[in-house]
Amino acid sequence: MATTTQSKKHVRDLEAATVRFCGDSGDGMQLAGTQFTNTSALVGNDVATFPDFPAEIRAPRGTKAGVSGFQIRFSSNDIHTPGDQVDALVAMNPAALVTNLPDLVPGGILIINSESFDQKDLRLAGLDRNPLEDENLQNYQVFLVEMTRLTREAVKDTGLSVKESDRCKNFFAMGLVFWLYDRPLEPTLRFIDAKFKAKPEIAEANRRALYAGYHYGETTEAFASQFRVGKAQLPPGTYRNITGNQALALGLIAAAEVSQSELFYGTYPITPASDILHELSRHKNFRVRTFQAEDEIAAITAALGASFGGAMGVTASSGPGIALKGEAMGLAVMTELPLVIINVQRGGPSTGLPTKTEQADLFQAVFGRNGECPLPVIAARSPADCFDCAIEAWRIATQFMVPVMLLTDGYLANGSEPWRLPKLSELPRIHIKHPEGRENGNGEPFRPYTRDEYLARPWAIPGTKGLMHRIGGLEKQDITGNVSYDPLNHQHMVDIRAKKVANIANTLPPQTVDGPASGDLLVVSWGGTFGACATAVAQAQREGLSVAHCHLRYLFPFPTNLGEIVRNYKKVLVPELNKGQLRLMLRAEYLVDAIGYNKVQGKPFAVGELVERIKQTINS
Amino acid sequence: MNPNPSSTPAPVQGESAALPVLTPNDFASDQDVRWCPGCGDYSILAQMKKVLPTLGVPREKTVFISGIGCSSRFPYYMNTYGFHSIHGRAPAVATGLKVSRPDLTVWVITGDGDALSIGGNHLMHAIRRNVDINIVLFNNQIYGLTKGQYSPTSPLGKITKSTPMGSVDNPLRPLSIAIGCEATFVARSIDVHIKHLGEMLRRAAEHRGTSFVEVYQNCNVFNDGAFSWATDRETKADTVLELEHGKPLIFGKNRDKGIRLNGMEPEIVELGKGVTEDDLLFHDEKAAEPSLAYLLSRMRYPEFPEPIGVFRDVDRPVYDEELNRQIDQAIEKYGRGDLEKLFAAGDTWTVE
Repeated sequence: MATTTQSKKHVRDLEAATVRFCGDSGDGMQLAGTQFTNTSALVGNDVATFPDFPAEIRAPRGTKAGVSGFQIRFSSNDIHTPGDQVDALVAMNPAALVTNLPDLVPGGILIINSESFDQKDLRLAGLDRNPLEDENLQNYQVFLVEMTRLTREAVKDTGLSVKESDRCKNFFAMGLVFWLYDRPLEPTLRFIDAKFKAKPEIAEANRRALYAGYHYGETTEAFASQFRVGKAQLPPGTYRNITGNQALALGLIAAAEVSQSELFYGTYPITPASDILHELSRHKNFRVRTFQAEDEIAAITAALGASFGGAMGVTASSGPGIALKGEAMGLAVMTELPLVIINVQRGGPSTGLPTKTEQADLFQAVFGRNGECPLPVIAARSPADCFDCAIEAWRIATQFMVPVMLLTDGYLANGSEPWRLPKLSELPRIHIKHPEGRENGNGEPFRPYTRDEYLARPWAIPGTKGLMHRIGGLEKQDITGNVSYDPLNHQHMVDIRAKKVANIANTLPPQTVDGPASGDLLVVSWGGTFGACATAVAQAQREGLSVAHCHLRYLFPFPTNLGEIVRNYKKVLVPELNKGQLRLMLRAEYLVDAIGYNKVQGKPFAVGELVERIKQTINS
Repeated sequence: MNPNPSSTPAPVQGESAALPVLTPNDFASDQDVRWCPGCGDYSILAQMKKVLPTLGVPREKTVFISGIGCSSRFPYYMNTYGFHSIHGRAPAVATGLKVSRPDLTVWVITGDGDALSIGGNHLMHAIRRNVDINIVLFNNQIYGLTKGQYSPTSPLGKITKSTPMGSVDNPLRPLSIAIGCEATFVARSIDVHIKHLGEMLRRAAEHRGTSFVEVYQNCNVFNDGAFSWATDRETKADTVLELEHGKPLIFGKNRDKGIRLNGMEPEIVELGKGVTEDDLLFHDEKAAEPSLAYLLSRMRYPEFPEPIGVFRDVDRPVYDEELNRQIDQAIEKYGRGDLEKLFAAGDTWTVE
């Protein structure tokens, strides 16, 4: 069956659109959003997504706490955010409707599963009155669709129970939205074939539900027109849609390959980092060893043990787990072994908001260990950038013999965007040199704490003849590596570890800004807020404001020219999803009167609020 | 200071070079040993240096990993690779190393506080995974390095700096823990029983999978004489029972006492007077079920003689071997990974 639309309905061309699917956490909204995203990417749109779901696997059914949503913006232009407001909202139940309606633009499309609004549904959602009777709905184009009945009808001969049939509703909803935005069904049909290979009757039912939704849009009188969003002008190349966690996993594998190391990934399951483990554990044919440890501490110490043996030791977690790893990070700093520590940040403190995003672990990354314990910190700015940052983290770790902290966040981890597949020749090469063996018994013990031009010590690995040596957490004598409590030696070693990390800045590309080299305002951002800040600054620039954007990948040490940059503007604004951590670091480092814009609501910044804040800051 | 020994013969050059014959001194590092004079650790160190040359493993292929505590200084004194890690975490460090470097022989040196208090979790999981490492636990029933607090193996009522009215913590039995985790090799020895200790270390090294050896070790500064009942010439024949595979459990100066099972409980019986060796419990270190080993681990002085020797030595799949087998299988099935193919997996599209 051909699925490109043959309908005679009016088709309107749009530059971009934002759609959100929302329903109960068991309604399959994440799957609907993911399929819609992949399809949009495949037809050539630029895409940006924002999955948003509760921490509970199955929160009480029908409640506001259990609402799961997936927002996707797709565009014929280059975009960096999933959009502040949505143009079309699909709501599967009353709780989803009332919690998401405020984000729908006035006049927007509202598709509602009208059969989930009986007394029981309203009670579950904690509503006194039926929101369908709310006159506020008149501000939108409302489509009440009997999804449950229509889905049951569509799948009735497949032998599924009523309960099973009802679980196909998300495919009906997808089909309808696919029609509305003129998307092909083939990618989703392929997905159904692969996913439900072992359950042909469920595959058939989902196919039918998908078609039923699509045809419903085409044939019913209710929908007067379709929308079309053309291809985006992305740089030439082959693309795929990728989430931050996937990109990070692929980046780690690539880093291992380009450095001729074998990846050892020690981790303990934690939201939102676990998908990195899932992805890596599927790629054992790259000699990737994944170790699901008994706890966070075992995860990092095992990774450090692997590094000691010459492997690419990597561990990942989220804030609470990183807190547990603190002592072992100190050990890695002391033993000067390469290690990558990934923090997929989430709302804190403590268990906090496991499935919501935040960037409040910067201080933890930079300062969160006992003693003078500096280690380099870098942060990814978009889902695809996680790939490059993984390679860069390992480059720094091995060149300087130092553990490196790589920060991402829940928004990057689960969000996705098109990723241009790199050619092997485009990947950086990482050269690792292990000292060669020598004959034993020549009387000279090996000196593990000599240093090269980067102040890195030799990475002599067990099994190498004649280089037997001992490392550990006790302070070591310079050069010999013997245990030393000598006061001046300790001063020297603390200084040299600090200098080594500071020197990393000399190997970094100069920091750049988007916009004028001087002016009224500089917006400084880091991590996952890149998209919102870049979009907001670009909009402000179009409105004629004198504003530039400086987005930092390197947070410790800072790029060498950053001090000069921040002094070239009358004001510096630092939007962060925390209480002002980068701002404090910039103020401390450069004595600049940086102004914060800070929010901790478990959600990314909206572009609109940033534009507003940029204007206010310039005008105040 | 140990001057680097000249006793090592120069290795023969060429393809067919024989392994150099090493001596205990070859395994000594150039560092001063800083344990208190008279510490039981010296004896364990000496036995280790004696055993290692007999194993045929070159020094550079041998790694000692430790946590924190007096015993954990051990790696500094060995002329092998060594990693003095953080408190309690040595089994995890060792797991990461062994998994990624199966060619190495990895020893974990730990103490009763390090292994059973702060590191209890890692100990349990290394053992249940059966990682091919050798764990030697120096049990002195006290915190030595922090100067004399009670440890998880200190007996009830023990008066220490932190328990002036006596400890109210029920002690752990290290071997019961190991056997509860289904350890595949479990043994016990005593610091001053040097031949026996050397033999246990050798057996541990030869075992595939996690080997767990508890060594009763005297801390002559903070807990002197904790094991004198087991080391005293006058009493040890009656208080210590040396296990031998396939042999009945007999002890006593005149070897006239034995252990018999009464239902599920062990009991001490005197040989003769109607009791023969055949009535006694026979030791079977190869028993598939860990119940016998567990029962032995529960026998405590003064109610019973405490067994030393190999409690259990069985075969079970080894974690690092299995993990690496999956790597080989994946390569066999899918071919060695190809980055460009990996990148292009799933749906892709091309922009001209």
